[in-house]
Amino acid sequence: MSAVDTTLDTASLRSGRHGHRGDAVFRAITLAAGIFVFVLLGAIAVFLVIKALPALRDNQANFWTTRTWSATNGDVHFGIAALLFGTVVTSVLALVISLPLAIGVALYIVEYAPARLSTWLGYLTDMLAAVPSVVYGLWALLYLLKHMAGLNEFLVRYFHWIPLFSNPNNQTLVYSKSIFAASIILAIMILPITAAISREVLRQVGSAQKEAALALGATRWEMVRTSLLPPSRPGIVSAAMLGLGRALGETIAVALVIGNTYTTSGRVLIPGGATIASNIANLFGEADETGRSALIASGLVLFVLTLAVNLIARYVILRAGSEEHTAI
Amino acid sequence: MTSASSDLQRRTIRQPRLPRWAVGATAAGLVALAVLLFAFTGFAGTVDFIVVATLLLVLGVPAASWAVEGRRKATDRLASSATLVALVLTVLPLIFVVGYVVKRGLEAFNWTFLTSEDIAGPLAAGGGIAQAVIGTLQQVLIASVIAVPIGLLVAIYITEYGSNKFSTAVRFLVDVMTGIPSIVAGLFVLAFWVLGAHQSASGFAGAIALTIIELPIIVRASEEMLRLVPGALREASYALGIAKWKTILRVIVPAASTGITTGIMLGIARVIGETAPVLLVVGNNSFINWNAFKGNQASLPVYIFQHAQSSSNYDVDRAWAAALTLILVVVILYVSARLLTRRNRLVGW
Repeated sequence: MSAVDTTLDTASLRSGRHGHRGDAVFRAITLAAGIFVFVLLGAIAVFLVIKALPALRDNQANFWTTRTWSATNGDVHFGIAALLFGTVVTSVLALVISLPLAIGVALYIVEYAPARLSTWLGYLTDMLAAVPSVVYGLWALLYLLKHMAGLNEFLVRYFHWIPLFSNPNNQTLVYSKSIFAASIILAIMILPITAAISREVLRQVGSAQKEAALALGATRWEMVRTSLLPPSRPGIVSAAMLGLGRALGETIAVALVIGNTYTTSGRVLIPGGATIASNIANLFGEADETGRSALIASGLVLFVLTLAVNLIARYVILRAGSEEHTAI
Repeated sequence: MTSASSDLQRRTIRQPRLPRWAVGATAAGLVALAVLLFAFTGFAGTVDFIVVATLLLVLGVPAASWAVEGRRKATDRLASSATLVALVLTVLPLIFVVGYVVKRGLEAFNWTFLTSEDIAGPLAAGGGIAQAVIGTLQQVLIASVIAVPIGLLVAIYITEYGSNKFSTAVRFLVDVMTGIPSIVAGLFVLAFWVLGAHQSASGFAGAIALTIIELPIIVRASEEMLRLVPGALREASYALGIAKWKTILRVIVPAASTGITTGIMLGIARVIGETAPVLLVVGNNSFINWNAFKGNQASLPVYIFQHAQSSSNYDVDRAWAAALTLILVVVILYVSARLLTRRNRLVGW
C-alpha cells in the first residue's frame, strides 16, 4: 500500500518477502492453533489415563472380566465386561435398524425426489440431528417406552425362537427399560448422521455413469444397483462407522431408557442393561473419589473404542479418495 | 435366436405398462382391503392399521406390476416405494418428538416459567427456568468465545498454509475429534480441571468441555467456506501488493463470513443441548448464579434430565416445558442459519 511498485515481483510475493514479518507472525499463530488440536487430543488421553490409574490400581477384581460395578473407598470391585457388552450391543443393533433406512432416505433424496423437494427433505432429515439428545431421552422415557409395549409383545409372540427376542420368564414388557429400547432411540438419533453423509457420497457419483446405465435400458433401480451404489460403497461404509461411533458414546438418551443393571444377557427385550456412557451419567452423582476414578477408567475405554471406530471410518474415506465435506 | 431377439425387441420397445390410473386404483383397492381386514377380522389399532396398509401398498402395487409389466419393472417399483417408506419412517420420529414436546410443553410454558427461578419444589406447580436459561447462555457464550477464534485459525492454517503433511494430519485429527463422545469431553475436563487443577465445578468448566465439542464443527464449516472463496479475489489482492496475512484477514475471511457465521450457529445449536459434560462438571442449581466462574450453575439440558426422572407430575410438566424452550432455541438457530445460507453468494443455493 505504501510502496506502489510498477513492476510486480511475483517471486518475492511467493517467498513471502513482501510484508515478511506480518506473514511470519500470522503463519506462526495459525500453526499454533493447528498444534493446539494435537495437544488437546493428547491431553485428553493423558489426563484420562492419569486419573484412571488410582482406581485401576486399587481394583480387586479383574477390570476386563468383572460384570459388576462397585467402586467406593473400601470396596473396589469393578469391571467393564457388562458395560462394554451393553455399549456394543445397543450400538450395533441401532446401526442394524438405522442403516437400511438411512441408505433408503439418502437414495430417495438424491435419486427419487423431485429436485425442488430434495433440498427441503435434506433440511428436514438434518433437523433430526439438531434435536438435543436430552429431548430424545425425555420423549423416549415418557412416550416411546409406553408405546413400545405392542412391538415388544409382537416380537416375543412371533420371534421368540430367536434368542435375541425370547422372554422365558414371561416378564412384563410394558415400560420395559431395556437394551432394545435404547437401541431404538439410538437408531433414531444416528439415522440423520448416516443419512447425511450417505447423501453426500451418493451425490458425488458422476451423472455420466448413471446416464450410461439408463441409456442401456436399465430401470432406475438397476441403474442405482449397478452405477450408483458400487462406487459409493466405501463412503457408505464410513458413514455407517461414523454413526456407530456416535451411538457408542451417546449418553443421556440411553441413560434414561436403559435398565441400569449389569447384564450380559442377549435377551434385549427384558428390562436391564447398561452402557459405559449411561453408567457414568447414572453413577456420577454419588461417586466419591475412587468412584470418579473408576468411571474415568471406563471413559478411557469408551474414548479408545470411539477413537478406533472413527479412525477406521476416516481411513476408509481417505483410501477411497473421496473428500467428505460434512460438518457433522 | 431370431424369434428370441424379436421377442426381446417387442418387449423392450412396446413393453406393456400399467397406466397411471391403474396404479392409483390398485392402491385404493389395497387400502380398502386393509379397511375391510380391520372391520371384519381380529386386527385392531391405529398403528397396526397404518403398518398393515403400508405393507399392502408397498408390496401390492409391485405385485400388480409384476403381473402386467414383468419382473424388472416390478422390482423397480418396489425399490421406489421402499425408499419412500424409508423417508417416511425417518421423518415420523421427528414429527412425533417435536409434536409431543410442543403439546406437552405448552401446558406449563409461559412468561413466568421463563423468568422465575426453580422455587416451587416437586409438590406444586409454578417455578421456572430462568437460572437454567442464564446458565446455558453463559456456558455456550464462553465456549464459543474460545472455540470460534481457535477454530477459525485452524481452518485458515489448513486452507491457506496447508500443503504439507502436518496440515493433512491436523485436518485428519479434526475429523477424528468430531467423533469424540461428549461424555468423554466432560470426563477430560473433570480429570484435568476439577481433579487435576483442583478447581470446583463451575459454568466455566462446562464451557471448556463444550469448547472441545464445538471446535471441530467450527473448523470444518470455516474450512469449507474458505475453500469456496474464488481464487480471483486472492490474486487481485496480491496484485495490489497486499501481504498474505492481510489478504486472508481483510479479503478472504470477510468474503467467507456469511458461511462461517452459518457454521458457528450450527455449532452453537449442537452444543446448546449437550447434557453429559455439563452434568459432570457444572452440577446444578435451583437459583440464578450469574458468576460462571464460581459455584454450581444450572443449565437447560441438566434441568430437563433431572426433572424427567422425577416422580412428581409437576416436575415432569416442567421438564416438557424446558424441552420446548430448548427446542425453540435450537430451531431458531437452525432456521436462521439456513436463511443466512440463502444469502451466501459463495454457495450457489
